[in-house]
Amino acid sequence: MILRSYALFWMRMIQYAAVGSVKFYLWILFLLALIIPGIAAYYYQFTHGLIVTNLSDQVSWGAYIANFTFLVGVAAGAVLLVVPAYVYHHKPTKDIVIVGELLAVAAIVMCLLFILADMGRPDRFTHVLPILGRLNFPRSVLAWDVIVLNGYLFLNLHVSGYLLFMKYLGRTPNKLIYLPIVFISIFWAASIHTVTAFLYSGLGGRPFWNTAILAPRFLISAFAGGPAILTIAFRSIKSCTKLNVEEGVFDLLKKIVAITMPINLFLLGCELFKEFYTDSTHVASAKYLYFGLHGAHMLTPYIWSAIAMDLIAMIIFVTPRLRSDNRIFIFGSVLAILGIWTEKGMGLIIPGFIPSPLGDIVEYTPSIVEFFVCLGIWSLGGLIFTLLAKVAIGVLTGDLKENSSISSQH
Amino acid sequence: MKPSDKTKGTKIEKMTEVMLANPVKRRSFLKGLGVVAAAAAAPLGAAKAISDKAEESSFWETFFQKHYKEMSAEDKLKVFARIERETKASHGVEVKVQDPQAIPGVKYAYALNLSRCNGSRRCVTACVRENNQSRHEPEIQYIKVIEMPRGTMDPENGNLYYQGESVPNEGKFYLPVQCNQCNNPPCTKVCPVEATWKESSDGLVVVDYDWCIGCRYCQAACPYEARHFNFAKPNITAEEINPNQSYLSNRLRPKGVMEKCTFCLHRTRNGKNPACHDACPTGARKFGNIMDPESEISKILKEKRVFVLKEELNTMPQFFYYFD
Ligand code: SF4
Repeated sequence: MILRSYALFWMRMIQYAAVGSVKFYLWILFLLALIIPGIAAYYYQFTHGLIVTNLSDQVSWGAYIANFTFLVGVAAGAVLLVVPAYVYHHKPTKDIVIVGELLAVAAIVMCLLFILADMGRPDRFTHVLPILGRLNFPRSVLAWDVIVLNGYLFLNLHVSGYLLFMKYLGRTPNKLIYLPIVFISIFWAASIHTVTAFLYSGLGGRPFWNTAILAPRFLISAFAGGPAILTIAFRSIKSCTKLNVEEGVFDLLKKIVAITMPINLFLLGCELFKEFYTDSTHVASAKYLYFGLHGAHMLTPYIWSAIAMDLIAMIIFVTPRLRSDNRIFIFGSVLAILGIWTEKGMGLIIPGFIPSPLGDIVEYTPSIVEFFVCLGIWSLGGLIFTLLAKVAIGVLTGDLKENSSISSQH
Repeated sequence: MKPSDKTKGTKIEKMTEVMLANPVKRRSFLKGLGVVAAAAAAPLGAAKAISDKAEESSFWETFFQKHYKEMSAEDKLKVFARIERETKASHGVEVKVQDPQAIPGVKYAYALNLSRCNGSRRCVTACVRENNQSRHEPEIQYIKVIEMPRGTMDPENGNLYYQGESVPNEGKFYLPVQCNQCNNPPCTKVCPVEATWKESSDGLVVVDYDWCIGCRYCQAACPYEARHFNFAKPNITAEEINPNQSYLSNRLRPKGVMEKCTFCLHRTRNGKNPACHDACPTGARKFGNIMDPESEISKILKEKRVFVLKEELNTMPQFFYYFD
C-alpha cells in the first residue's frame, strides 16, 4: 500500500517537474543550451585525455578542483537554514528549509561531477567503492572526502525526501525518522568543508596550503557565500513561484553575512600578515598571487578584483542603511559570491602549485574545453536544483498531494 | 546463437564473458541487448567505444582487473599476456612483461656526487629510453637536472631550462632530482585507492598503472616533482620501445595515469644498476644495497657528509647527495 503510493509519488513528481509555464520552459532551454556544449567538451576531453586542458605536471589541479572546492562550501552553507529551522524552530525558515537542503543536494552532485571531470580515469570510479575497490581509508584524506560527500548527499536526500513524502500524504512526519538524521547532518556539513580543507592543508610540500587556518577559512567563507547564494535562490523563488518565503528568512541571512563576511576578510588578512611579514622563502606563492613572481602575474588582476568585491560586499552587509535595501543587498550578494569564488577557487588552488617545489613557474588558465565543461556542470546543477525545487514547492504549497489532480501553472 | 537471446537480463559479468569470447561483434551485440541492460551498460559502453582498436578487446578485461596486490599468480600471467598482446597490436612490437620480486636482504639507496655531475643530462635520456616514457605530448622525464648558482641549496633558485651544450657553465653546479623513494612518502599516503605504495622490503615506490584513477593527488603531495601524469596516450614509436619490461615499472602506460621513477625496478631486481647510473659519464652516481655494510653505497653514507633535499619535510629520502 505505502509502496504503491510511494511509486505513485515518484511518478507524479516527475510529471509535475516536466510541466510548467513558458517562462519555466525558456529557463530549462537556456540551461540545456549550456549543458549540451559541456557534454560535447567533456566527450572531447574523455577521448583525448586531460591534455586538452591547460593542466600540467606543475599545475596538477585547476578549474575543476577550484569549482569543486567552492561548491563544497555552497553545500555546507545550507546548514545555516537547517540549524535555525530544526534546532531553534524559527518558523519562517522551517517553512522553506527543504528547498535549502535540495540546494545542498544539487551542490554535492556538482561537486561529484567536477571530481569526475578531473579524473584521468573516470572509467575506474569503481576503485573507490567498497568490495569492488580499495579505498585507502583512513590514510588518504581524499578517501575521507569520498565518504563525507556521498554521506552528506545521502543525509540530505533522506531528510528532504522523507519530509516531502509525508507532506504529500498529508501525514505528520515521525520525528524519530528524520530528526536524528538532521542532527547528524549538521555536524556532517561542517565535516565536508573541513575534510576538503584538509585535502590541501595536509600537504607539507605545498607551504601555501600547509596552514592550520585553512579549514576555518573554508568554513567561514562558506558561511559568507552560502547565505548570498541562498538569498538569490529564495528571492527568485519568491518572485517566480507561489511559495511564500517570509521576510524572516532574508533577515536571518542578512544577520549571518553581516558577521561572517568580516570574519572571512579578517582571516584572509591573518594569512596575508603571516606570509608577507615573515617573508621567508615560502612567501613565493603568495607573492605570485598578489604581485606576480619573476614576471609571471596572470592571477594578480583576479585576486585584487576578488578582494575589492569582498570588501564592497562587506560594506553593504554591515551598513544597516545599505543592506535594508533589497536591491543593494542582492548586488552585495552577487559580489560576495564572485569574490569568494575567485579568492577561494582559483586564488587558492592555483598559486599552491606556483612556483613548483623545484622552483619552476608554469602558469595556468582554464582551456576552452575546461571552460565549457565547467559551464556545463554549473548549468546541469542549475537544472537539477530547478527541478528539485519545483517539485518541492509543489508539495509545500499543496499543489502536489495525494488525491489531487495536477494543476501546475509554474 | 543470437546474443540477445542468450544474455537477456543478465549481469555485467555475463556480458563480459560474451564480449571477451566475441570481441569483434561487440557493437552489434550492444544493439541486441534489452533496453534495460543497454541503459545500464551505456556509460561503460561509451567509455569503451572511444578507446583505441588495440585496447578494444581488453576494455572489460581491465575493467574487472584486480589490484596488483590482490592478483593471484594466474591472474598476473593473464594480465601480462594482455599487455604483451596490446603492445603487439598497437606498435607491432614483441615485448616481454615480467614481474621481478624484491631480493631478500636488499634495500636500495642512491647517492650522487655533486662535485662530479657536469650537467650533461645523459641520465635523463638514458632513463627515457629505458623506461618507455612518452616522448612528446606529453613529454615525460623522470630526472630533472637543475643548474644551480653557488651559494644556495634551494632548488627554487636554480634553472631547469639551461642549455645543454656548454655544460658545465662557469660558477654553476648541477643538481639532478628524481624520485627520492622516501621512507615516509607523502605520495602513497594520499592516494585514495592505494594505487601507489612503497614496497616493504627493498623500498621502491611503485604505481599500479591499471589501478590508478588519475586524480593527481600524489602529484600535488610530492615535494620533488617526481610524479608524472600521462595527460594523453603515451607517444612512443615502435623503434623506441624497450621490450624488456615489467608490470610495475617500464611497461607501456595507459592514458590518464600517474607514473614515476622506480630505480629501474626491472633492472635492479635482476642485479643490474639503474639506467641513469650506467649512463652517467662522470661516475657521479652511486647505487647499491644499504643492507650490505660492505657495499660502496654503505661506505659513502658512512664516510661522506651526505644530505637530502627538503629534509624539513621528514620524507626520509633514500636518495642522497654529497660533495667531495
Ligand atoms: S593519481 Fe593515481 S597514484 Fe596518484 S593519488 Fe591518484 S590514484 Fe593514486
